[in-house]
Amino acid sequence: MKEWRYWLAEQRGTLLAFAIFIVMFAIYSANHPAGFTANVVQTAANKGVLLAFVAMAQTLVVITAGIDLSIGMIFTLTNCMASWLVIGTGLETAFGVVAVLGTGLLCGAVNGAIVIYGRLQPIVATIATGAVYFGLALLLRPVPGGSVNEDLADFLTGRFFGVVPASLAALLVVVLIVWVPFRRSELGRAAYAAGSSETAAYMSGVPIRRGKFLAYTLAGLLAAIGGLFLTFFTYTGEAAYASGNAYTLFSIAAVVLGGVSLFGGKGSAIGAIFGALAFRTIGDLLFVFDFDPLWQPLFQGVILLIAVSLGAFALFRVRNRLEWFL
Amino acid sequence: MSETTFGGIAGRMPKFIRCADPAVATAFACIVVLLLLGSLYSRSFLSPEYLLQQLKVASFLGVIATGMMLVVLLGQIDLSVPWAVAAGAMMACAAAAYGPVGVALAIPFGVLCGVAIGIVNGIGVAYLRIPSMIITLATNAVAQGLMVVYTGGFSPQDSATSAMRYLATGFTVPGVPNAVIIWALIGAAMVFVLTRTTFGRAVYGIGNRERAAYLSGIDTRRVVMIAFAVSGGLSAFGGVLLAGYASKAAQSMGDAYLLPSIAAVVLGGTSILGGRGSYLGTVAGVILITLLQSILSVMQMPEAGRQIIYGVVIVAMLLLYGRAPASR
Repeated sequence: MKEWRYWLAEQRGTLLAFAIFIVMFAIYSANHPAGFTANVVQTAANKGVLLAFVAMAQTLVVITAGIDLSIGMIFTLTNCMASWLVIGTGLETAFGVVAVLGTGLLCGAVNGAIVIYGRLQPIVATIATGAVYFGLALLLRPVPGGSVNEDLADFLTGRFFGVVPASLAALLVVVLIVWVPFRRSELGRAAYAAGSSETAAYMSGVPIRRGKFLAYTLAGLLAAIGGLFLTFFTYTGEAAYASGNAYTLFSIAAVVLGGVSLFGGKGSAIGAIFGALAFRTIGDLLFVFDFDPLWQPLFQGVILLIAVSLGAFALFRVRNRLEWFL
Repeated sequence: MSETTFGGIAGRMPKFIRCADPAVATAFACIVVLLLLGSLYSRSFLSPEYLLQQLKVASFLGVIATGMMLVVLLGQIDLSVPWAVAAGAMMACAAAAYGPVGVALAIPFGVLCGVAIGIVNGIGVAYLRIPSMIITLATNAVAQGLMVVYTGGFSPQDSATSAMRYLATGFTVPGVPNAVIIWALIGAAMVFVLTRTTFGRAVYGIGNRERAAYLSGIDTRRVVMIAFAVSGGLSAFGGVLLAGYASKAAQSMGDAYLLPSIAAVVLGGTSILGGRGSYLGTVAGVILITLLQSILSVMQMPEAGRQIIYGVVIVAMLLLYGRAPASR
């Protein structure tokens, strides 16, 4: 096989997610009453970017063949925290941002430590830590409220040069300074190797523990960036159980749509980003076609069900029935 | 692994202690510790009325955790519990609004809705080979969507039938709440199925190694499918009982049962990887969780503190005895 065909095979999931997103967004903007304008793009970008950050976070963990069911709660916790801290003079705001991101890192590190060094199953461990993070969020914000540095918020949710949505630019920056270095680093490769075959990676002397730990920790950081942006969009903090859970759920949907294998070792955060944007656009299609918003949860649920069932097509290629049982 | 660790000490102990699973023993020990701590706080903690009341509250969780345990024994997990519970409760109450026939069929209808959710899960896991964690999250979302559309986003106005109320709050045997009897019956049935039927052996077999179970002639896909259907049905039945207890269904009534049901099963020593665990452990786990919740609410701990303590306790107990072997 030629070099480019390898590349194509490797990027198939990402390209598919990109194609789905383009098609969905074309339908969305074509039927939007305002049409394809900078305003429509900005609103869509602001909504999509939140899920994109959380989906990136989920990708990092899923690549190691784990899952983080506390990701939505880290998102909620950092949102509540930002509504207290990211306020005041420039220096205070900067301190607040650092504190919020640090909290995210810490939450991710705790998850990683429990799963990797405590050797607990990721599902149970992260459900339990999710309860803790939600409790902390409730402690910070028993009732919705708080505020945020509005200059910074408006800057990061507005537009550059009147065209480019700032939130998309921020997403790009985060991809460049978090995802790309991770993907290219030795530990990033170790995370992939651990997800692909932990035993083989261990036998080859790959630093799987450090790789997985880094993946969980960075996932916390990315979820915190998402929480920070949620605060910028809403100007408040709210410890909402349902919304935290929904983000966890949607992040998994976005990851699956983005071509990341839930069995680990395959996929990229770029794919998950397009998966997230596509998922959001599909959810919003209902609005441009004037459906009752009550149908939205059902619609999103069905999309999710279809998305996860698509993976089953691989079964048709199985020649030996024993390969059903991995 | 536990044999090698505990072999030296356990060799000198009486037989009934040696036979006990260390996890189950730890869970029961924790129950005793919790009761003692509680009795230090308030004298009424050891009174029969209080204990019976706790058992009644525990029986709702017990019914739901029974289904969860069956699925966990397979090495899978059922995250569709929240809306299976709510769907069971809402559909049973909704059926009650359709005249006398509806009232008579309310409970079976509610349970059937749960079974339907479980069957979708089962098809996804057994036949489409989708990871259970993912497909059950998806069916949970779909069930939620259906209920939101049905109720219009508000808690439904239909109320529970008298039969549902009787099951949840009545007394057939003086002094013993009906809910406790129901839990005991379901528990006994589960113990029978797990230890005395081929289905039960197949469940343990699949949990240990599905490939081996398949090669020894078990229709593993059917077993997995049935287990998920039973789990969905039991979750919905738990919802029916809860609706009877509160006389109506509510939007998010099931949310409070996902983590506790998984925690109860896992704290009771059932391996989350499947294939290992006893129903006695699940009973211990359910009582442990219920007591913990009760003590925290008696101490008037706010919701935030309860969530934190809850998560910390579960992680701590799992670190004590739920760890996977180190990779070598």
